[in-house]
Amino acid sequence: MNPEDLRYADSHEWVRVDGDVGTIGITDHAQKQLGEIVYLELPEVGHMYDAGDEFGTVESVKAVSELNTPVSGEVVAVNKGAVGEPGIINDDPFGDGWLIKLKLSTDVEIGKLMSAEAYAEYVLEEEQGK
Amino acid sequence: MKFLPTSDAERAAMLSSIGARSIDDLFAAVPAAVRRGPDLPPPMSEIEIRRFVGGMASKNANARDTAFFLGAGVYNHYVSSIADQMLYRAEWLTSYTPYQPEVSQGTLQNIFEFQTHICLLTGLEVANASLYEGASALVEALLMAERLSRGKTRAVLSAGIHPEYRETVWTYFSNLGLEIVEVGLGKDGATDANALAAAVDERTFAVAVQSPNFYGIVEDWNSGSAAAKAKGALSVAVVAEAASLALLAPPGEGGADIACGEAQSLGVPMHNGGPLLGFLSCRTEHQRQIPGRLAGQTKDAEGRRAFCLTLSTREQHIRREKATSNICTNQGLMALASNIHMSLLGKEGLREVALQSHAKAQYLKGEIAKVPGYRIPYTGPTFNEFLVEAPEDAAALLARLAAQGILGGVALSRFDVKDRRRFLVAVTEMNERAEMDRLVAALAGRPA
Repeated sequence: MNPEDLRYADSHEWVRVDGDVGTIGITDHAQKQLGEIVYLELPEVGHMYDAGDEFGTVESVKAVSELNTPVSGEVVAVNKGAVGEPGIINDDPFGDGWLIKLKLSTDVEIGKLMSAEAYAEYVLEEEQGK
Repeated sequence: MKFLPTSDAERAAMLSSIGARSIDDLFAAVPAAVRRGPDLPPPMSEIEIRRFVGGMASKNANARDTAFFLGAGVYNHYVSSIADQMLYRAEWLTSYTPYQPEVSQGTLQNIFEFQTHICLLTGLEVANASLYEGASALVEALLMAERLSRGKTRAVLSAGIHPEYRETVWTYFSNLGLEIVEVGLGKDGATDANALAAAVDERTFAVAVQSPNFYGIVEDWNSGSAAAKAKGALSVAVVAEAASLALLAPPGEGGADIACGEAQSLGVPMHNGGPLLGFLSCRTEHQRQIPGRLAGQTKDAEGRRAFCLTLSTREQHIRREKATSNICTNQGLMALASNIHMSLLGKEGLREVALQSHAKAQYLKGEIAKVPGYRIPYTGPTFNEFLVEAPEDAAALLARLAAQGILGGVALSRFDVKDRRRFLVAVTEMNERAEMDRLVAALAGRPA
């Protein structure tokens, strides 16, 4: 299930807001689609991103996908544990498998992202569209 | 795999299905004024064709029938007839890496062994399934370093890198917004280490040095590596005469992060200048940015040794425009030739080739230095190629020698008009002492 307290992007990332810091990860649906994740490339602390920018790549046995940030901000933390052991993203995508934390530039962008319910509907539509 | 031409009936069927009356219809968009039909002589019998083509071929100077001292990037090393016999087996005869890799275990095993040989020779951990040739291998190595640097923009190149390799880098980089800084050579002919260190800044992603360099001088890999490391750049080692790797310190030992270059010397005939055989190897930590194909060794479902293409997810056929590189086809057939050659020669054989090439070159260099008017301008150590300064225009001199059946070297005027009197002389295990003495006598203006 997609946690209710997160916000979701149509590129299958989630954001958890805590004060002015947003934690970003990929959804359970995304990790299932990718399959066994074997490699993760993340930026260094201090990088600035605009919403929609690519901030890294995630590689599974099937595919390499770009990671896009749904919100703008400066990188303040990177999940080194996930870089060392990328399988953690498969095991716990909404928890220990988080990717980066951004100091958010604005609180406006968050409002444009989907709720858990809307995201679930979006995934369903996407699957039916296939 | 057979390639058969289409029949008249098949062509007619294809044309009618797309609604064209003739093949000429397909070219209707090309204005008649710029269209030109084939300009061919009337048909000949097989006997006539053999005579005609043989006559044309005999106009070429042949390395077998001349005293041959040409190098400058392509070298006349011996290739055993065993290698040819194996190469032309129908199962091998394709230059393509397999797209359904598992069904081609033999091809994959060959690629894996070629990669292993390149790793051993360069002292690095991972090698790819080959590239087209040395110049594009250098470009790929630099682009790989650029990707790894995430946003740095400068490449520092030694002026001792083959001029055609550098030209290829300029061609690629001119539209990528990347900067190239070239660093000149010192009096000994090696890259000026101080100038090299000074050219490297925080924006630099790679420092590339060739050894033996284009002028034959053996460089110290460590000076390029130290300059790179001081500013957090990657050290790229370029090798144009791969036979040297059996004798000289491997790039990996000299701190290189990426080694690249031309492996034609390892079992590929000169082929009038191509096809050649590019190679690229690197450290494990950088393997995900290595361009092109990579064969790996694994186990099948029953635990037996098997081979696979690995890290394919980085590649063009899966990742489209985000692929690591647009290099797709490797030089599979030439890599196979090289793998067979290296397997036949073994460690001792490769070393023997290198030792003989070096010893003979040392002899010839010493003899030419004694000829009045001739000079060896660079003092640095050489492997099997060296620069000579003649008392006259080198191209004219070499043309005169060619008329006597001596291909005495490559004039630098071909690459740089400032050096009209200088030419490169290359020696391999193929050169006999009598040939070298003939060259020396001809330079001295004496009858051989």
